[in-house]
Amino acid sequence: MRPIHYLRCFCGIANREWLRFLNQRGRFFSALVRPLVWLAIFAAGFHFVLGVSIIPPYETYVPYAVYIAPGLIAMILMFNGMLSSLSMVYDREMGSMRILMVSPLPRWFLLTAKLLAGVIVSVLQAYAFLAIALIWEIEPPWYGYLTVLPALVLSGLMLGALGLLLSSAIRQLENFASVMNFVIFPMFFASSALYPLWHVKEASLLLYQICEINPFTHAVELIRFALYGQLEPISAAVLVVTTAIFLTLAVYGYDPAKGLMARRAAE
Amino acid sequence: MSSPARETFVSLVPALSVEGLGHRFGQRRVLKDVSFSVAPGDFTVLLGLNGAGKTTLFSLATRLYAQAEGTIRVFGMDIRKRMLECLRQMGIVFQQATLDLDLSVEQNLFYHCALHGLSHGEAAQRIAAEIDRVGLADQRREKARRLSGGQRRRVEIARALLHRPQLLLLDEPTVGLDIASRQFMLDHVRRLCREEGLAALWATHLIDEVGEGARVVVLHKGEVLADGAAAQLIGQMRAPSMRAAFETLVQEREAA
Repeated sequence: MRPIHYLRCFCGIANREWLRFLNQRGRFFSALVRPLVWLAIFAAGFHFVLGVSIIPPYETYVPYAVYIAPGLIAMILMFNGMLSSLSMVYDREMGSMRILMVSPLPRWFLLTAKLLAGVIVSVLQAYAFLAIALIWEIEPPWYGYLTVLPALVLSGLMLGALGLLLSSAIRQLENFASVMNFVIFPMFFASSALYPLWHVKEASLLLYQICEINPFTHAVELIRFALYGQLEPISAAVLVVTTAIFLTLAVYGYDPAKGLMARRAAE
Repeated sequence: MSSPARETFVSLVPALSVEGLGHRFGQRRVLKDVSFSVAPGDFTVLLGLNGAGKTTLFSLATRLYAQAEGTIRVFGMDIRKRMLECLRQMGIVFQQATLDLDLSVEQNLFYHCALHGLSHGEAAQRIAAEIDRVGLADQRREKARRLSGGQRRRVEIARALLHRPQLLLLDEPTVGLDIASRQFMLDHVRRLCREEGLAALWATHLIDEVGEGARVVVLHKGEVLADGAAAQLIGQMRAPSMRAAFETLVQEREAA
């Protein structure tokens, strides 16, 4: 197989993801409504409770809604990552996964292509959110919309790779509820999405340290700085490394000889 | 249409050869020293009751499970060493339904072509031809969900042929189909073997799908009980029919 075959294969996978997305407008809608609810209600309620002092990248005091916007964008990416992982589990139960797995291209490529295709769809949703967020006067500088793109892609890859890894480990669709409880909620709340970490540090040093090593925090911070045209190098590095780890483990998990597929079959 | 070169190639190398294949799920042995081969142009029925190990064999051949004991070769290539080349030669119809029900027939087929690296133009041509052959040209823009079970199976067989494989693997392709659809599937695959030299391995538990002149491999509890032309097998067993021959084989095995 030559590079052109790989490219065609990727386009086919991305196109299928796109068609599925168009078919599930409800999914798009709820993926947008979820962060907007946070923005409209939660941010309004907490506006006076939580003071956000001047911390980089912000140059002035910012309204709470502006502070949590990057966290909500990361939330969109996370939910999408988990949803595409859910669809992998669903595909596996329904059999359509088999069609992907018997394609004559290497499995790592198929999984990476699937991951990238999901990220494209997520990034479009993140931009849709940013457009609607203008209503709440979340107005990063114009170039922020460009510089945030690589941050969105990298964060999307990390969260999608995590979803992929989970999908290789989840046995059945029903177990997905526990992913919500044990992965999505803790990752979201133990991060800098809703409150600056110095606030957390005042409350509990241990929690602060947990937040610091949570890759989701780094996704949020990378997006936050990128919206203002700045690079947060540590976060970028953390995301690159965690993406690589999650993806490698996921490819391993889907390897029939070694990973979980083999063990699952053995039961 | 086969060239002389093709014929020599054909006579030398089996499309599929399975040697000493074994598999366990934990402590349970599901395949034990299974050996047989399928030559190009051969329509071979893998006959066995539910639980005989047919699906396990297919899963090993398509490398959904890693294989530990024995070898599987596709046109002489060991699937453990040259899996991707082997996959290119194989067209597969799984026991499970594998169409994406939310996509149209055509979208499903384009997706498959992309996975095999075909260009859009090439794909469009082949899809038009294959979908016409299974008589579903009018339904090509329908969502797969709106097709009947028989029509979905026809789409799956059309799909399995899009990348022009030389070996077809079909796992219980007629389960749940009415008589007409079953007959269509059987006729279609046999015609492919006869006219285009494809090799087909057709797994089933339905004895009457073993037609005149078919080759049969009888699989029972993970072991091959018999392997040969149906007529020859019936003769050997001194049985009046394939069904009787099969039942005798199984009974003898159970008694032993």
